Amino acid sequence: MAERCGSLLEACRRLATEPGLRPILGGTDLMVASPHERARQGRWLDLSCFDEMRGIAERGGSVWIGAATTFTALQADASIRRHFPALVAAASEVGGWQIQNRATLGGNVANASPAGDSLPVLAVLEAVVVLGSAAGDRLVERRVPYAGFHVGYRATALAPGEVILGFELPLPGPGLEQRFQKVGTRQAQAISKVVVALAGRCAGGRVQTLRLAAGSVAATPVRLRQAESAAVGLELAAAAEAAGSAARQETTPIDDVRSTAAYRSAVLGRVVRRLVLSLTPDSE
Amino acid sequence: MTDHPTLAFEVNGEARECNASPEMRLLDCLRYDFGLTGSKEGCGEGECGACTVLLDGQPVLSCLVPVGQCAGRRVETVEAIAEKDPELVERMTETGGIQCGACTPGIVVTLYSLRQANPEASREEIRRALAGNLCRCTGYEGIFRALEDGHG
Repeated sequence: MAERCGSLLEACRRLATEPGLRPILGGTDLMVASPHERARQGRWLDLSCFDEMRGIAERGGSVWIGAATTFTALQADASIRRHFPALVAAASEVGGWQIQNRATLGGNVANASPAGDSLPVLAVLEAVVVLGSAAGDRLVERRVPYAGFHVGYRATALAPGEVILGFELPLPGPGLEQRFQKVGTRQAQAISKVVVALAGRCAGGRVQTLRLAAGSVAATPVRLRQAESAAVGLELAAAAEAAGSAARQETTPIDDVRSTAAYRSAVLGRVVRRLVLSLTPDSE
Repeated sequence: MTDHPTLAFEVNGEARECNASPEMRLLDCLRYDFGLTGSKEGCGEGECGACTVLLDGQPVLSCLVPVGQCAGRRVETVEAIAEKDPELVERMTETGGIQCGACTPGIVVTLYSLRQANPEASREEIRRALAGNLCRCTGYEGIFRALEDGHG
């Protein structure tokens, strides 16, 4: 992390050619390691001051969010508040105020913890991850749908030399409701035991559109596709029951320091049921 | 001597230089290089808030900030804040917002920063602002009142 920060092109070149160099934004995950562990992790490359990774802007049919955007900035932005209330909710429950002032959306995604709070939200909002890398003397972009970004436990679609520049979030259609629920040891500053996001709408009392995703219940954040298809077309109460039980069927939580598989599975089913049930029966 | 580049930044209104590794924690630089021991290390892993300082006016956990990212920026510690707002510190003692004192420097920095942003913060807003500052002695009641008693 010696240089602060040079050009993004140079940073991408170094990431491609120096194995073990780790990109850092706000550092709230990386700095938790002890000095001894950090020394073993290799050197860091500071990405926190590149204009290409900043800003929030509506562009055509979507909203651009730079990877270096902090959770505090997400909560404050008028466009995010208007279009993506689930992202605002997630941003306000990541750590506490001090963490939110440093931690970034790009860092949360690149760190790729299955417990990352913002990740299920990006999944239900069907974000596109915009990646950048150096090709000769040009920075080239590559777009990856969020559903294809997490490829295994803490593994992502990022190639060597690639960084997350930001995200494109399609504007939600009219009447699309969003929900976010995190269950942790306490309300703030605790890593999730289970985290669920929903985007959906009903018409005439029946679920018409439903996207569900959860964290801390599998090796990666996951879309709950069986729960979605079990619920669509049903009346709200039946849809909520069907989604809750399908969500439990399709996930494989584990026992770890924060919770147990049995607790996570039970809570996941209940949270999914409640979030579906909270939809407005007729959004027309 | 080291081969690290010299990092220049502002600490409590003074220009300072540090030539530690840029990956060193801001907390260690403040305490060991500059002798500013007001900021405490509680957990060292971003859970407790005892090391809270202001970076460009925003509260951050100095145990999670690599000092290399402070170059050219402005850091304020509890030492400066206690001078800027002695009434807040005084009220913390009067209301029983202090018992063992380990969390107090971080809490004073967070409360000061909240009042800068929001001079009449509600109880709920104070609670949210303090979500990242653990106090195991007071039950927080005195801490809330230390800020509220200074309203308008």
